[in-house]
Amino acid sequence: MTDALSRQRNIRNFCIIAHIDHGKSTLADRILEYTGALSPREMQDQVLDNMELERERGITIKLQAVRLHYRADDGQDYVLNLIDTPGHVDFTYEVSRSLAACEGALLVVDASQGIEAQTLANVYLALENNLEILPVINKIDLPSADPDRVKREIEDVIGLDASEAVLASAKAGIGIKEILEQIVTKIPAPKGDPDSPLKALIFDSHYDAYKGVIVYVRVVDGSIRAGKRIRFMATGAEFEVDEVGVFRPRMTPVDELSVGDVGYIVAGIKNVKDTRVGDTVTDAKHPAAEPLPGYRRVNPMVFCGLYPIDTQDYNDLREALEKLELNDASLRYEPETSTALGFGFRCGFLGLLHMEIIQERIEREFKIPIITTAPSVVYRVKLTNGETLEIDNPSKYPDSGRIEYVEEPYVKASIIVPNDYVGPIMELCQSRRGEFVNMEYIDTSRVNLTYELPLSEIVYDFYDQLKSSTRGYASMDYELSGYKKSNLVKMDILLNNEVVDALSVIVHRDRAYQRGKAVCEKLKELIPRQMFEVPIQAAIGSRVIARETVKALRKNVLAKCYGGDVTRKRKLLEKQKEGKKRLKQVGSVEVPQEAFMAVLRIDQ
Amino acid sequence: MHPPRALYIHIPFCAQRCHYCDFNTYALAGQPVDAYLEALEREMERTVEALPPEKIDTVFVGGGTPTVLTPAQMARLLGAVRRWFPVAPDAEITVEANPGTVGPELLALMREGGVNRISFGVQAFDDALLRRLGRMHDTADAYRSVALAREAGFANISIDLMFGLPGQTMDMLADSVRRAVELDLPHYSLYALKIEENTLFHTLHERGELPLSGEEEELHMYLHIMERLEAAGRRQYEISNFALPGYESRHNMTYWRNEPYYGIGAGAHGYARGVRHVNIRGVTPYIEAARERLPRLTEEPVSEEEAMEDFMMVGLRMRDGVRDDDFAAQFGGRSIDDVFGGVIARLRDAGLLERRPDGAGWRLTDRAIPVGNEVFGAFVGALSE
Repeated sequence: MTDALSRQRNIRNFCIIAHIDHGKSTLADRILEYTGALSPREMQDQVLDNMELERERGITIKLQAVRLHYRADDGQDYVLNLIDTPGHVDFTYEVSRSLAACEGALLVVDASQGIEAQTLANVYLALENNLEILPVINKIDLPSADPDRVKREIEDVIGLDASEAVLASAKAGIGIKEILEQIVTKIPAPKGDPDSPLKALIFDSHYDAYKGVIVYVRVVDGSIRAGKRIRFMATGAEFEVDEVGVFRPRMTPVDELSVGDVGYIVAGIKNVKDTRVGDTVTDAKHPAAEPLPGYRRVNPMVFCGLYPIDTQDYNDLREALEKLELNDASLRYEPETSTALGFGFRCGFLGLLHMEIIQERIEREFKIPIITTAPSVVYRVKLTNGETLEIDNPSKYPDSGRIEYVEEPYVKASIIVPNDYVGPIMELCQSRRGEFVNMEYIDTSRVNLTYELPLSEIVYDFYDQLKSSTRGYASMDYELSGYKKSNLVKMDILLNNEVVDALSVIVHRDRAYQRGKAVCEKLKELIPRQMFEVPIQAAIGSRVIARETVKALRKNVLAKCYGGDVTRKRKLLEKQKEGKKRLKQVGSVEVPQEAFMAVLRIDQ
Repeated sequence: MHPPRALYIHIPFCAQRCHYCDFNTYALAGQPVDAYLEALEREMERTVEALPPEKIDTVFVGGGTPTVLTPAQMARLLGAVRRWFPVAPDAEITVEANPGTVGPELLALMREGGVNRISFGVQAFDDALLRRLGRMHDTADAYRSVALAREAGFANISIDLMFGLPGQTMDMLADSVRRAVELDLPHYSLYALKIEENTLFHTLHERGELPLSGEEEELHMYLHIMERLEAAGRRQYEISNFALPGYESRHNMTYWRNEPYYGIGAGAHGYARGVRHVNIRGVTPYIEAARERLPRLTEEPVSEEEAMEDFMMVGLRMRDGVRDDDFAAQFGGRSIDDVFGGVIARLRDAGLLERRPDGAGWRLTDRAIPVGNEVFGAFVGALSE
């Protein structure tokens, strides 16, 4: 008992909050190295980001947790649990749950760049979860570093005391020990009662081919060991525990996880959907009276169709989605049919990044060439008969005669931008039907702008536009703020006089003409010439609002064959054919993959 | 399959390189021409040893510009061919030439050596255009050379013309075609300029400094050529080739029929016993290699699937298309329709392929000719992928 208590006293659970590129992964690596969790030799660079895609994109998608051992200056041995958090706005809810599993957070800010919108959003989340926040000013060895300005910013903007902020350089290994000492002395030990009924917070899970679902938990009250029967309070599912363990960083079984511990549970769970992030694990025989607060079901915000280019890949695509789903509780999909694209799946995602990741993994890991239709948000359509429909696929949009009104989702976006770029950003937001809410100065040179924007206007390239119109200086965070009535219409695209359902989009009526024109122009660029002329039209109902034509292919034949160099001819034709592989036969027209996204990728 | 009955010999020398040309050829000055001829003989010797020929029906000496050889060198080359290969008495023996590179002495010697066909790279009857191409000759040279060849007794003369040249208008092309037809030659090759990498034209094109005719204009030129030559009784027997009946290039037909051929010389391609080879391209490395062995750069076996695809890809270039019994003879009695049924049905439905008039094979439709690549490409990889 006293043992357990003294153990609990020496546990510190923390996470790292940082903007992309501010050095979170490098810092995590250094901490692992310093505490001997891995020797430098064993380290694959940036251990915590272990999916190939994550490493390429420099972002963390799946959460990870590592148990570290550290002997502090006070002579005592501590167990430090580092919980990694995803760094993208698509995964805000998952961030909030991993924060809830900690008592403290390192706030890593780049010494030259200062606080960014994403960081700010996560700091607020951390403050809501009552975390002790330790500012770390990173990259102080760069010539452009201005730690004093960044300290002032932290104090002014967040209201934290930054006087003891650690000045660090993860890359150069500066300040690592100081960070570890602050973790031990400033972050409180976990509270909680080992004798109360079990309450453990699920903050992530992943699917293992041999063990089933591995559930990542933080024990809040009670304890858990193999043989115990557990219940997930939100889903009601019950399982018998086969194994509990910790990550060091490899999975290592232990006898028991007790109050304050971060580790994993293996319980023969087949479906990752049973283990929802934010849910509470309790003892099935002596259940807790109340689950831990903060659980909510995450709903996809963005939907698109995924279709195999080659119809024969349909079953492979379904298997790929099944496999991805095992590891990704927020991925939704159901079969759908498109007249243009055949059999495929309607998939729901947390956001655009999530969508792109899934799309890339299907193409890369499963090697299935696919077509992604333009992402759509969920519209609420009130019909004249009083019924309300939720429409996530423009091709399912009802006839205008049956519609009373339509509502679309809005987000509240906060954009941090240097003074000089306020104008362009306001213009950008206005052009995306944004409504100005607020503007406040962070310091003398930067502004935090708040806008209400239709989600549909930011799902595609808003972030890129934001970056390009501010030379990369702007940062953004957003959250769903609710539904509003809008004057929306469905715009169809016709190729060779036939509606291509997969190209339909829902647009604001005032912009339909302009959008239709831009889409037709873009498609004209993308669709290769065919053996016949292909008219491209944009139409609302039966009214054509824009038109372009792809002229017929006229001449394409190789000159004579010199000295019998057949191989060269063959290679040229192979190259021509390679280009055609990315084409999907839609009716009589061959359409490239990119065309289906092009309806949104319009420079306005 | 019988041993090759066609022999290609490459002479990789030109007086100077033309601006559009990426063939394996080198400016003549300072080249070890005699050593090269020696190496050709070595390669011939090794070739007939490795794969003895039964008889040779066609010989094609190409380049480069074979006629930059001196008469003595030309005599040596032609002598070597006969020494190592059993050239049939009625064989077609072609030498490529550039206008202005042939004198009466050389032509007479070529006749004596059995050459019975000569192909001139005229390219255009337009001096300004010829300068722009980097050609050494002018229109007068073209007329003079054709006249000399006739005087020397050559009846089977062909000229090459190009279209889609930078700055070339439809009128200019029509003028060249008219003058070519007026020469009343039995054979014409007319081909569109293609910008190849590693040429001056490619560099200029990249910089946007090459005013090329658009696709539409090129199509009109091509249609004009087909119309004019057919009207003059020169039948289009292949995408780029027109001839009086009986004057079709037998050597080139070997390639289009996917039949085997020997390829001798630096950078030469050969196809025999199901293997395609490419020789070492550089003159000196070729000479050195030929002393020791067959001077191969690469040798690639062609799978049966690939060979069947090639058969269609090159065969459909001919106006008469591909013949069922030729296919059956090359591929163990198999039938085109069984092997390529799906592809053929699709192309036929698109109006690009039709049965030969005798029903014994397939050919391009008229409308498919200008877009032949769409058809050829459909066969590439149809079986081998």
